[in-house]
Amino acid sequence: MLRIRNLEAGYNSLKVLKKISMHVSSGEIVTIIGANGAGKTTLLKTISGLIKARAGEIVFEKKDIVPLAPEKIVLLGCSLVPEGRQVFATLTVKENLILGAYVQYRRKRTDEVSEDMDRIFKLFPVLKERGRQLAGTLSGGEQQMLAIGRALMSRPKLIMMDEPSMGLAPLIVKDIFNIIRKLGEEGSTVLLVEQNAKAALGIADRGYVLETGRIILEEKAEELLMNKDVQRAYLGRDLDSEVEIK
Amino acid sequence: MYWEENNECMDRDELKQLQLERLESTLNRVYLNVPFYRKKFDEMNIDIDSIRSFDDLRRLPFTTKDDLRDNYPYGLFAVPLREVIRIHASSGTTGMSTVVGYTKNDIKTWSNLVARTLTAGGVTKDDVVQIAFGYGLFTGGFGLHYGAERIGASVIPMSSGNTARQVKIMQDFKTTALICTPSYALLIADTIKDMGINVNSLSLKYGLFGAEPWSEGMRQEIQERLKIIATDNYGLSEVMGPGVAGECLERDGLHLNEDHFLIEVINPDTLEPVPAGDVGELVITTLTKEAFPVIRFRTRDLTRILPEPCKCGRNLIRMSRVMGRTDDMLIIKGANVFPSQIESVLFDIEGTEPHYQIIIDRKGALDDVTVHVEVSETIFFDEMKKQSELIDLIKRRLSSELGISVNVRLVEKKTLERFEGKARRVIDNRKL
Repeated sequence: MLRIRNLEAGYNSLKVLKKISMHVSSGEIVTIIGANGAGKTTLLKTISGLIKARAGEIVFEKKDIVPLAPEKIVLLGCSLVPEGRQVFATLTVKENLILGAYVQYRRKRTDEVSEDMDRIFKLFPVLKERGRQLAGTLSGGEQQMLAIGRALMSRPKLIMMDEPSMGLAPLIVKDIFNIIRKLGEEGSTVLLVEQNAKAALGIADRGYVLETGRIILEEKAEELLMNKDVQRAYLGRDLDSEVEIK
Repeated sequence: MYWEENNECMDRDELKQLQLERLESTLNRVYLNVPFYRKKFDEMNIDIDSIRSFDDLRRLPFTTKDDLRDNYPYGLFAVPLREVIRIHASSGTTGMSTVVGYTKNDIKTWSNLVARTLTAGGVTKDDVVQIAFGYGLFTGGFGLHYGAERIGASVIPMSSGNTARQVKIMQDFKTTALICTPSYALLIADTIKDMGINVNSLSLKYGLFGAEPWSEGMRQEIQERLKIIATDNYGLSEVMGPGVAGECLERDGLHLNEDHFLIEVINPDTLEPVPAGDVGELVITTLTKEAFPVIRFRTRDLTRILPEPCKCGRNLIRMSRVMGRTDDMLIIKGANVFPSQIESVLFDIEGTEPHYQIIIDRKGALDDVTVHVEVSETIFFDEMKKQSELIDLIKRRLSSELGISVNVRLVEKKTLERFEGKARRVIDNRKL
């Protein structure tokens, strides 16, 4: 579904992704784990088109998406649940969800929107209860559910999640990961970026270990859990801390 | 029957992507963790981020057996020793042994890949598998053992040697699959006959043979005499051990586990890739090894890639049986000669046994080669004329195959030394 080859990207003079090759097949939950600053968020932003790739290929559903604007990439079926939720605090829960469905309007699939909203309310009953409440008044966990729900409203073929566990209490983290697992069981394809390596590998099929802009390991999730390098990456060990500045 | 159908029948494009990803992460790991590679790449001014394709791979240096020896014992390990759960050493067929290590994941991968080979060769969980490879530092015994256990077969860890006992156990334990070197399989066949056991009374069905080059003729002989389906498998300890490649029941080349090993075939003299399908030296880059990754390891084994798809449905490419080793190659009277060529000539000749020895001497400035061949009893009881006819025939065939003339001596059956492990076919008495 998603195939990346020799991808390079960064911010101004800072090259964050040195060279990344990876893929996500249909129906898989793939996780990218790595320490802070390894380039995980940059990678998701580059796939989403928020940061332009400097070199390399990103092919989504056999289409080169490097030159496309972010909204076109969402329209193709590749949605991002951003780091820190980024819900619209002054809008209600329902309004947030409807905004997530804007591509459905562009696809002239308006009829599916209320059906999708029902599905999301089934997945996250708490969002239904709080439908008229302003998103800013939700708890962190509820906001995360809303952010996932909002992305699902676009009927993505691939849903990318950036640190969904960040800043959440352990019990809530468990809920969120159960939901991701459930999405996977229902056939969704998920690319999950996480610092919480143990939790992410617990629900993923495969994983990549990202270390300072390069992938150092690709294996089945259960094998990565046994790998010592993973434990090191999880602990935030940085073997190559000098960032290349051009 | 497949062991990991998703991998063995993977679409070639998907496979290529996986190989590129794994090559990238392997290079990143060796650069970070193995000073030998980092130093070598830096000296050659190679930025590993610039390796973007399989063609770029050719800019990387080869790794040779000498590099492994120079870093004896642990110098090329990519993980600290505390993460290594197993250590093996090469069998030392040629020169000093080299040391390799495995993490927990490596052992798991290895078992799975051997399980693929065994499954491809017909073995299932219902089989009773007799492993007559040496257990110990040599990777053959343990490699096959773990793979067979992974499948769930009943494993007899027999090890090599004590052939009469092997046969007794084979009979009593109702062994269905035999695993050893092909030359040992023939010795077992001889022993079965000597013990007066009817091979049809045994339960043998499959034989998986490896660790030394053998010929198609030898396969026929083993299949007929042991009444089994015999398949070839390939591996080397420096890369992993058995499980690098194995034949399926089509018995027409060995499927390479390309999702774990990147394959090149080079001309051993020019070091350039050979044209697709030509014979050359196999070069392997490991893609998933954790403890002991190797980059562009020169195996010294000669083979060729068979590009046509296989009837079995596996998409993993096949290589031909190993035709010999670049370092087994004998230069006799200026010609390149491989023992395997001599073996295949002998197999086609009626009246000879599949046991032979090549003795090379130097008389004055000239090489002198004598091939000792065992013949079936019947010929020795016959008149001299038949013997000399046979000698002439062998001489003629050998000189047309090798391009040089050799002496031939017929010896009585069972006079040449037998081997329980790898056979020693060549005695080179030249002081070069």
